[in-house]
Amino acid sequence: MTLTLAFRNLFHDRVRLAVTLVGILFSIVLVAVQLGLYLGARTMIISMIDRADGDLWIMAYGTKNFEEAQPISAREKYAALATPGVARAIPLVASFTDWRKPTGGSTLVVVIGAEYEDRGLAPWNVVEGDVSGLGARDAVMVDKTYLAELGLKGVGDTAQIGMSRVRVTGLTEGIRSFTVTPYIFTTLTRAKSLLDMPADNITYVLVKLQPGADPVAVRDMLKVKVPDSEVLTRAEFRERSLNHWLFATGAGVALIGGAILGLVVGTVIVAQTLYSSTKDHLNEFATLRALGSSSGYIHRVILAQAGLSAVLGYALGMAIALAIVYLSEHTALPILMTPALAALLLVLTIAMCAISAISAIGKVMRIDPAMVFNR
Amino acid sequence: MIADAPNVVLDARDIVKELGQGAGKVRALKGVSLQLNAGELTLLMGPSGSGKTTLLSILGCILTPTEGTLTIAQEPTAGLGPEGLAALRRRHIGFIFQSYNLFPTLTAEENVRLALDVRGERGSEATVCAQRALQQVGLRHKLKSYPANMSGGEQQRVAVARALAGSPSVMLADEPTAALDSENGVAVMQLLSEIAKDKSRAVLAVTHDPRTIPFANRILRIEDGLIVGEERRAEGVETVHELARNRKRKANA
Ligand SMILES: Nc1ncnc2c1ncn2[C@@H]1O[C@H](COP(=O)(O)OP(=O)(O)OP(=O)(O)O)[C@@H](O)[C@H]1O
Ligand SMILES: [Mg+2]
Repeated sequence: MTLTLAFRNLFHDRVRLAVTLVGILFSIVLVAVQLGLYLGARTMIISMIDRADGDLWIMAYGTKNFEEAQPISAREKYAALATPGVARAIPLVASFTDWRKPTGGSTLVVVIGAEYEDRGLAPWNVVEGDVSGLGARDAVMVDKTYLAELGLKGVGDTAQIGMSRVRVTGLTEGIRSFTVTPYIFTTLTRAKSLLDMPADNITYVLVKLQPGADPVAVRDMLKVKVPDSEVLTRAEFRERSLNHWLFATGAGVALIGGAILGLVVGTVIVAQTLYSSTKDHLNEFATLRALGSSSGYIHRVILAQAGLSAVLGYALGMAIALAIVYLSEHTALPILMTPALAALLLVLTIAMCAISAISAIGKVMRIDPAMVFNR
Repeated sequence: MIADAPNVVLDARDIVKELGQGAGKVRALKGVSLQLNAGELTLLMGPSGSGKTTLLSILGCILTPTEGTLTIAQEPTAGLGPEGLAALRRRHIGFIFQSYNLFPTLTAEENVRLALDVRGERGSEATVCAQRALQQVGLRHKLKSYPANMSGGEQQRVAVARALAGSPSVMLADEPTAALDSENGVAVMQLLSEIAKDKSRAVLAVTHDPRTIPFANRILRIEDGLIVGEERRAEGVETVHELARNRKRKANA
C-alpha cells in the first residue's frame, strides 16, 4: 500500500508532478550533457595516444599534449633501438600548420605524419579510400566531420599546405580533436616537407616493447640514453594530456562544475515539490500515525514518492539525453553516453530524490498527531 | 473470573494534562479517572473546552498525560516512546474522527486496507477482511468509490469500517455525528452501539449531540477538566429503535 499511496499522492496533483519531472529531467539532461561532453573530450584528447601502437613515447621536454610538441632529433630513434627490451622505434611527426582551402581562406590543422607500413599510427575508421593510398603523390587523409571546415567536398579534392599541394585520397569517420582542429594524416616524409621540417627533426619516437618487457624499467634506461628528450609511458602521456586540457585549461572543471550545478538545481526543485506535496497531505500522514503506523512506514511512503519521481524523471530525461547524444554524434563536439554513465545517472537521480526526501520526512516527523482531531 | 464482572479494557487513573507553554499553559485535564468496559458504548459529554478531545487523545495514546497512568488491554503505557505508543494504537485502538479523515486518493476498500497494511496485514486476506468490514457497515456496494463520491454518512461509515477492521479493544470517536444530518447521525450511532455489543470491545464517543444519548450504555459528564457525573442506562438500545420509529412516524405525518 505504501507504493499505491505514494503513486496516488504523486498523481493527485498533476501540476506539481509536472514540475517535479521537469526538475529531474532538466537535471538529468544537464548532467548527461556535461558528463557526456567530458567523456567525449577525454576520448578525443587521448585518441591518438590510445591508437598509436607504442608503449613509450620519446618527446621534447615539457610537451603537454599530443598536438603541441617541439621537434626532437631523429637520432633518438637509434638510441631507442639500442636499448634492451625495445622491439621497434617508429618516428612520428605532428604539428599545427595552416591549411589553405580550395575555396579560399585558411584554417588551422594538425598534420600527422607516419609511415603507414611502420604500423605506428595510421588513420583508422577509414570509410573511403585506403591507408595504402597515402603512398600516392600529395596524398592526405582527413575526417568527414571536417570536410566543410577544410573547404572540401570529398575524395579527390585538392588544397594547399605551405607551398605544397595536397590531395585527399581517403576519408575517416569520427577522428576528431578536442581542439576542433582537423587532423591531416599523411606519410612521415610528406609531413616533414609540408611542415618545412629539417630532415633530422621529428616530433615523437613511438617505442614498441618486446613482449614481457617492463615499460617503466625500459623507460628509465631510455631516459639515460636520450638525455635531451623526455620519455613517458603511454599512461603517463595520456595523464599529462588530460591534465593539460581538462584541468590546466579549466575545461574539465567547467564541465564537471556544470554537472554538479545540474544536480544541485534538480535536488532543490525535487525537494521543494516533495516538501509541498507532503505539506498538502500532512493531515493524511497524521491520520496514518493515529492509525498506528510506525515512522518507518511513513518514511517509506515519502521515499516511494521520491523513488517513483526519480524513475519517471530518469526515463524522460534519458530519452531526451539520448536524442541529444544522437544529434551530437556527427558534430565536432560529440557527447558520449556509455552504459556506465547511464547507470551513474540513475544512481545520481535516485540519490538526488532520496536527499530531496529528507526535508519532507523532517516535516512529517514534526507533526502533532493530535491534529487529526478538530480542535 | 466472576460471571458478569465488567471486563475493563481501558483504565485511566488521575490523568492530568497541561497543554501549551509558558503564559499560555492550560491545565486541560485536572485529574480524570475512568474505566471503559468491553461490551459498552460510553458517551463523553461536556461543554466546549471542557477537555473532551484532550482526554480522548490521551486515552488513544496520541498524547501522553502530564500525570497519571493509563492501561490498555492490561498493557501499561507509562514510559513508552512515540514508536511504542504507535504500536499500542496499532494493536488496541480504533479511531473515528469528526471529519472522517479518509484518504481522498484511495477508494473505500483501499482506505480500510491501508489500516490493515499499517498493521502488516497484506494480500488477499486483508482484502477479504476489508470487504467484510465494509459489508458490516452496509457499504458492500461502495467498495470502489472514492470519498469525494460518497455522502458524509457513507464516509463516516467507511471510517467506522476502517477502525473495525483492525478489531481494536477500544474504539474512540470524537464527535462522530457532528458533521452529519440526523438520519446519518443516527445510522452511525446505531453502528457504534452494534459494535459495542462485542464482548471484547469498548466504545467511547465524545459528543455534544443529545440525539446520541439513547444509544449509550453509560454517559460520562466532563466539565473544566474533571469528570462531574456518570449515568448508566439499562435499556439503551430499545429506546433507540423506539425513537427512530417515532421520528419516522412524525416525518410521515
Ligand atoms: N494545543 C493547545 N495549547 C493550549 N491549550 C489548548 C491546546 N489544545 C486545547 N487547549 C485548551 O485545552 C482545553 C480543552 O480543549 P479540548 O479541545 O480538549 O476541549 P473540547 O472539550 O474537545 O472542546 P470542543 O467541544 O470545543 O471540541 C481548552 O481550554 C482548550 O482551549
Ligand atoms: Mg473537541
